[in-house]
Amino acid sequence: MPEAVIRTVGLGKSYLTAAGSFPALKDVDLSIASGEFVAIMGPSGSGKSTFMNLLGCLDTPSSGDYFLVGRNVAHLARDELAALRNRCIGFVFQGFNLLPRMSLEDNVALPLVYAGCRREERRQRARRELARVGLADYAGARPNQISGGQQQRVAIARALVNSPQLILADEPTGNLDSHTSAEIMGLFADLNRQGISIVLVTHESDIAACAARQVRFRDGLLVSDEPTGKATAC
Amino acid sequence: MLKAMLGEAWQAMGANRLRSGLTMLGMVIGVGSVVLMLAIGQGAQYSVAQTISTMGSNLYIVISGSTSAGGLRSGSGGGPTLTIGDAEAIAELDGVANVAPVQQGTQQLVHGPNNWSATVVGTTPPYLDARAWTLQSGYPFSDSDVRAATRVALIGQTAADNLFPNEDPLGKTLRIRQSPFVIIGVLARKGQNLDGRDQDDTLLIPLTTAQRKVFGNPFPGSVRMIMVQATSAEAMPAVEASMVALLRQRHRLREGQDNDFYLRNLAAAADSAAETTRVMSLLLGAIASVSLLVGGIGIMNIMLVSVTERTREIGIRMAIGARQRDILAQFLFEALMISVAGCLIGLLIGVGGALLTNALTDMVIVISGTSVLVAFAVAAGIGIFFGYYPAHRAAALDPIEALRHQ
Ligand SMILES: Nc1ncnc2c1ncn2[C@@H]1O[C@H](COP(=O)(O)OP(=O)(O)O)[C@@H](O)[C@H]1O
Ligand SMILES: [Mg+2]
Repeated sequence: MPEAVIRTVGLGKSYLTAAGSFPALKDVDLSIASGEFVAIMGPSGSGKSTFMNLLGCLDTPSSGDYFLVGRNVAHLARDELAALRNRCIGFVFQGFNLLPRMSLEDNVALPLVYAGCRREERRQRARRELARVGLADYAGARPNQISGGQQQRVAIARALVNSPQLILADEPTGNLDSHTSAEIMGLFADLNRQGISIVLVTHESDIAACAARQVRFRDGLLVSDEPTGKATAC
Repeated sequence: MLKAMLGEAWQAMGANRLRSGLTMLGMVIGVGSVVLMLAIGQGAQYSVAQTISTMGSNLYIVISGSTSAGGLRSGSGGGPTLTIGDAEAIAELDGVANVAPVQQGTQQLVHGPNNWSATVVGTTPPYLDARAWTLQSGYPFSDSDVRAATRVALIGQTAADNLFPNEDPLGKTLRIRQSPFVIIGVLARKGQNLDGRDQDDTLLIPLTTAQRKVFGNPFPGSVRMIMVQATSAEAMPAVEASMVALLRQRHRLREGQDNDFYLRNLAAAADSAAETTRVMSLLLGAIASVSLLVGGIGIMNIMLVSVTERTREIGIRMAIGARQRDILAQFLFEALMISVAGCLIGLLIGVGGALLTNALTDMVIVISGTSVLVAFAVAAGIGIFFGYYPAHRAAALDPIEALRHQ
């Protein structure tokens, strides 16, 4: 059996609030193999984003362990986590999160700046990823000059530019109409077929249906984990 | 990486031109005024130093005081208590370079139809060295001129210009109180002294001639003033002490009796003038520095606003792999860029203002490379100092909180 991209053991996260410690995530054991496409579902406030932030090394757990490609990253320092986010993980957000002052090409190339790539290499790779999401002609445009669906494509290109093994997407279609959503899901399915592991949060069942495996959260607990029966997405 | 960051800092500055420009203006004014004030201050120091060097260094003037005979005191210099013999004795002391007895006063000089009133100084040859006089042409009078009380004179530039408007005074004759004097030398120009008096409005003649023909001395062998030059500044305290002891002994003053002469230390006066201008230029610089400080605070203020406005951007950058030091560097760079750009413009304006001041007034302006370098270093320092706190705040943001920021 190949090494799991993601393996959590008793993962928990509590937030300190005015009312005291609030457990947003409790004792989650989950393993995701390389090349899987997993949808995470659950009602609002059930801890999905909390879980994704932990998977994405944006936050550290209060308890338990998290193995990313075999390495326990639960207790790493901030800058080590930043390096992991840069090299191993691609993020796609609900709100696209492009930098408005930069051209699309520069947006896509930004992770490479922090990876220490040279300018020419940054340019080439950014253009390649833009072409991969079908936006080769928009390299010089600004985010506010293109549609929401196109912006999300640029965000995906940015997530891909450092060739990560894992893409994490927290409600990537939450701001898009159903037609555009389907297009974006098609793109994710394509990337998954190319071998990239994808973990995607959604509360729309037709979006979740694209994934081969569905995980459900309720009140911070992992309550169900079952295959959708689909071999390939959408 | 560095180039990418420079480009981004430039872009960030360009994104809000008015704001960056106004922030920069604070630095422009700060650096500009520091450079200008330093230039004026150093100019003043320079011209005072210049003046001091023309007055002769390490000088004492011994002035004859009141004779007290039978409890009767006449005023300062009333009856001269100093003698030529005193001057000769002082010259024998250790650490004394030059001694010149002096009898001086204002006299009317006449040449043909021109007449001009100038300070006439009767003295001996060492006076030239003591007062740092050099000759532009001709030659100085000698000890034998003093002994023989010849009627020769050395003329200063101002007196020469007024008495001999269109001719070379060398070899010409002028009259003082009907006595003809032959001009054997023309003194090189010195300019004003520290009190603002024109040092070139003068005529030097042998002491003996001055006493007999010009001022008339009812007390032969006595003199009102002796100029004493020490060999070095370090030698001055010792020279002063031995000079006082010598004169008291020669004048047969008993213990407890007041000196019958006054001692003026010209070096001390020069030092205090130099000190005054030094303090003045420091003060000017300090006042100007306050505006630099205000400029720095302006940068800090704007950077704090910028960090708050761009919280989400910071979150995004962190999510895609920016380390804390990357964020820190980014905002430090922006602060540095504003302050250094402001500094460059400020330097131009400061130097321009200094040159303009130089052109429009007769103030001496000195722009030294060091002051320019210091202004530049201080501005860069201010950029880093006042940029650090906002940049540190940006770098310390929590990525998730920052991403959630609207
Ligand atoms: N920073 C935080 N501080 C306190 N409570 C939080 C914080 N983030 C999330 N929570 C709480 O944790 C629970 C799970 O939140 P979240 O993971 O965002 O849910 P979901 O993404 O499934 O809607 C919610 O009750 C939320 O209010
Ligand atoms: Mg959520």
